[in-house]
Amino acid sequence: MTEERFNSIKNNLRDFDLAYGNVNGTHDITIKKEDVLKVGNLLYNECGMDWMVDAVSVDRYKKQDRYEMVYNLRSTKHRDRLFIRIKLDSKEPQMETLSGIWESANWYEREAYDMMGITFLNHPDPRRMYMPEDYEYYPLRKEFPLMGIPGSIPLPNK
Amino acid sequence: MSQDIRERLLEQDPSIKRTKILEALESEDMSVQFEDALDNEMVLNMGPQHPATHGVLRLLLKLDGETVVKCIPELGYLHRGYEKLAEASTYHEFIPHTDRLDYLQPMANNVGYAMAVEKLIHLEIPERGQYIRVIIAELARIQAHLLAIGALYIDLGAITPFLWAIREREKILDIYDLICGARFTTSYTRIGGVSQDVSDNAISSIKRFIKEFYGNLQECRDLMDRNKIFIVRCEGVGHMSGEDCIKLGLTGPLIRAAGYDIDLRKDDPYLTYDRLDFDVPVYHSSDSLSRYYVRVEEMIQSARIIEQCIEKMKPGPVNSLNPKKVLPKKQRVYTKMEELIHDFMLINFGVNPPVGESYSAIESSKGELGFYIISDGSGHPWRLKIRSPSFSNLQGLGPMMTGCFIADTVVIIGSVDPVMGEADK
Repeated sequence: MTEERFNSIKNNLRDFDLAYGNVNGTHDITIKKEDVLKVGNLLYNECGMDWMVDAVSVDRYKKQDRYEMVYNLRSTKHRDRLFIRIKLDSKEPQMETLSGIWESANWYEREAYDMMGITFLNHPDPRRMYMPEDYEYYPLRKEFPLMGIPGSIPLPNK
Repeated sequence: MSQDIRERLLEQDPSIKRTKILEALESEDMSVQFEDALDNEMVLNMGPQHPATHGVLRLLLKLDGETVVKCIPELGYLHRGYEKLAEASTYHEFIPHTDRLDYLQPMANNVGYAMAVEKLIHLEIPERGQYIRVIIAELARIQAHLLAIGALYIDLGAITPFLWAIREREKILDIYDLICGARFTTSYTRIGGVSQDVSDNAISSIKRFIKEFYGNLQECRDLMDRNKIFIVRCEGVGHMSGEDCIKLGLTGPLIRAAGYDIDLRKDDPYLTYDRLDFDVPVYHSSDSLSRYYVRVEEMIQSARIIEQCIEKMKPGPVNSLNPKKVLPKKQRVYTKMEELIHDFMLINFGVNPPVGESYSAIESSKGELGFYIISDGSGHPWRLKIRSPSFSNLQGLGPMMTGCFIADTVVIIGSVDPVMGEADK
């Protein structure tokens, strides 16, 4: 992303309390949890970031702001990439779903819920992505053991 | 099955659980009630073990007669937890796991992963190494597309061109055997280069393969491209508008068949793609037939790229000269003290990238294959997220299926070309 374009995005988002950073050469914007829908709408409608290709859930394993969501946005018009980052509570990680803006967030957020236990409010289809429906754990959290929890997945009857 | 029949069944046998999948399928009120019981909507479970689903993909189809009213893909039958495994292995140890992501094109996954780690530790690799990576990544693209179109052929009942496509694919596997000693699970790249240089023997067999490939592919096309049955079964099937493709996050041949000339090799050139001459095939009708054409033409472009790479490639080193990060040659490990120490440190403690985050993506045959790596400075990644194209592409499967006939589901799955190893991670 060119500096010029990044500055125009900054200008579009000037009303919000944001932090700007860098993911090894790609710009990233940290958004407060409360503003996420407004900023998302601006990014989608005004800044041309119309294509969400991925969402990364992160467990930092620390007291404050333990969880994080990093959304990977691309623009079909300008052919560039931007990350947006939302820091979430340690106890009850939850945020508004972005699937109302970028439809593809639907599955990415289901995956984040399944693996990391982040709840998305107003999600259209809040099911697990990979694990069985009655599974009780969130495997990508740092406290989950690598070998799994014996007995947590019942074996089928003979 | 109508609502009250299910209620009655539940009363009779409480062990039938109302699963969330079924509830999601019933969420929208689309049921049309007819007098005749056979006219009512039914739920059909397709997979996970089904010959036409290309792996363990499970689909729940809600049918009205022969028309699909709603389709819900269900994933996770091949979930092996690679993102969790990555957190427990060093960066080198994860390379063999990448073979098993998209197991139809292991070389491209190797390249994508090695590039992601190199970006994290700011490592440049020499030109010959880069050309070798382009060659193997393009061979992998041909390999994956050959299986994709071959599977589409046989799903529609055409056995001869399927066998011809597989015959070409076998030759690529034999070339892999010459390059790295393995046909399927190649694990060829290393952080900072590749495991060994490509021999002259391998180069000449690649040349021979490419020379014959154009004609052999044309043979398949002669049989299929103007075949009436093939065209009628594919044209207009699985249509999805370009805007919807972007909304649902699809990448790769699916959006190039929908009128977008988006290709990471052109938009954000990596390796030596900016020095190579190739076109990005684009079609506009966004159905199964145009996806097939995109794949076929991409194979021809890949063959062109490989020809240019072989021409431009000069002898020289293939690995980066950075002994603290790049594994030394095995022969030197056994005879030299310094290399033995480096090998010991790299194997036991890993490459120790600086603290930070990095994202790197390549254009694989299915779309954008990316790795988001978070490093805490130790030898293991703190978090490694695989952006797998098959996973995103499958999200479009439900909307594509809506309104089609049940016989077309096979064609649509073939045209989306998901690989469950990658989608389920």
